[in-house]
Amino acid sequence: MERHFEKDLNELKERLLWMGSLAERSVHQAVHAVLDSDEQLAKRVLEEEDAINELQIEIDDRVVQLLALHQLMATDLRFVLAISRINNDLERIGDQAVNIAQGAQRILRHPRVKPYVDLPRMSELVEEMVRNALNAVVRRDVDLAHKVLATDDQVDHYRDQIFRELLTYMMGDSSVVFPAFELVLAAKNLERIGDHATNIAEDVIYIVQGRDVRHPTVDRR
Amino acid sequence: MHASVRPAVSVNIPPIVTNAATRETAAALAMRMTVSKVNFFYGTKQTLFDINLGIAANKVTALIGPSGCGKSTLLRTLNRMYETVRDTRLEGEILLDGRSILSQDVTALRRCIGMVFQRPNPFPKSIFDNVAYGLRINGSRAPLSEAVEKSLRRAALWDEVKDHLHKSAYELSGGQQQRLCIARALAVEPEVLLLDEPCSALDPISTAKIEELLVQLKDLCTIVTVTHNMQQAARMSDFTAFLLIGQLIEFNPTPQLFTTPGDPRTEAYITGRFG
Repeated sequence: MERHFEKDLNELKERLLWMGSLAERSVHQAVHAVLDSDEQLAKRVLEEEDAINELQIEIDDRVVQLLALHQLMATDLRFVLAISRINNDLERIGDQAVNIAQGAQRILRHPRVKPYVDLPRMSELVEEMVRNALNAVVRRDVDLAHKVLATDDQVDHYRDQIFRELLTYMMGDSSVVFPAFELVLAAKNLERIGDHATNIAEDVIYIVQGRDVRHPTVDRR
Repeated sequence: MHASVRPAVSVNIPPIVTNAATRETAAALAMRMTVSKVNFFYGTKQTLFDINLGIAANKVTALIGPSGCGKSTLLRTLNRMYETVRDTRLEGEILLDGRSILSQDVTALRRCIGMVFQRPNPFPKSIFDNVAYGLRINGSRAPLSEAVEKSLRRAALWDEVKDHLHKSAYELSGGQQQRLCIARALAVEPEVLLLDEPCSALDPISTAKIEELLVQLKDLCTIVTVTHNMQQAARMSDFTAFLLIGQLIEFNPTPQLFTTPGDPRTEAYITGRFG
């Protein structure tokens, strides 16, 4: 017997995926605004932020309504709670993309500090994390979620490497401090996006298996 | 690589037309029934005070409230069932499709407005005859067996009883008997179906079946249900009326009433602070 709230659950998922698609695209455009020195891409990210914010509010409304009207149990309950958290992560991903896009606009006023090598690699990795995390939600795919979690260390490693390298440039030539610092911030923002993707992946494991894999050091007796 | 199953990206977010999530207002909908300034008395005791309520066509309207709040009484005014109790009096106006129910022939009225009660009350007849009963006394010309099958299908009971239609209705389970009573009410194709705590004598699975059934039935008729189970009202209704000691405290779309009630008394009731 299909219960009529399943239609509402499916709609909720559909809306979350729209939001995910927009957030994913914002990240891609923001990063390429930096990498390709493309001011237009940066502007587009700023223009599209509203759509993500609107969806955040709509999804929250839907979550509240589902919780108030239907006494959801087990996997349905976990799913709706997880969607509420993923909703926040996606909105934050959108915000970080906006930060990167605004940074790109400032970086573009300066000559390029150096050829970008690690930043494109890092951004590819982060974009893939976001994409995989969202696909893991759609397919309730725990293996894919674990793959996202495993990628986080690589992203952190790239961030540290970019920091170190740019620091040497800044120490060598004070005229590059401003754009180099903006690049450090871009790497930092990218790393945060990766963190949000891991949060989403952790929620997938929670939805499917009911296990809370966040903060493994916490004693859960 | 995995192929993405997400929709193509567009900033123009397409709206989703939903059932429960729509913020529909009572004002925008066609009304099947209108209750205006209704006061009701058992002898000298007044039990309903100045009730005004619109019952939207093809929607589920739930009446909730603590015991003795007048929700069953209000339901029973809608098809003049109160007239079966002596020394009762109704003031005010109740319209069905714009016509006063008080000026109509009561038998014809109750054919338009069917009723299902708290405890399943099948007739001591076969399953088939229970459903056929109303059709026979109304002199229906439609082939009987087809009409019976149609009603049983609509009540989501056909598959369970089709091979023993001539067994006694009393051999069915409580949940099945209640769906049989719904089938019996549906057989004469009423415009409105009134239900007085239809699931209170049923187990959770049977309750879920009836709830799903009522949600589907609203395409066919308008449903008004009394329930002391708020969660049930939340799950299955489009509009909810909250009554307290004979007064209508709040009447709003169900999503609104259960997420942001407009009256502190509603809030206190639905959060279990009293009642």
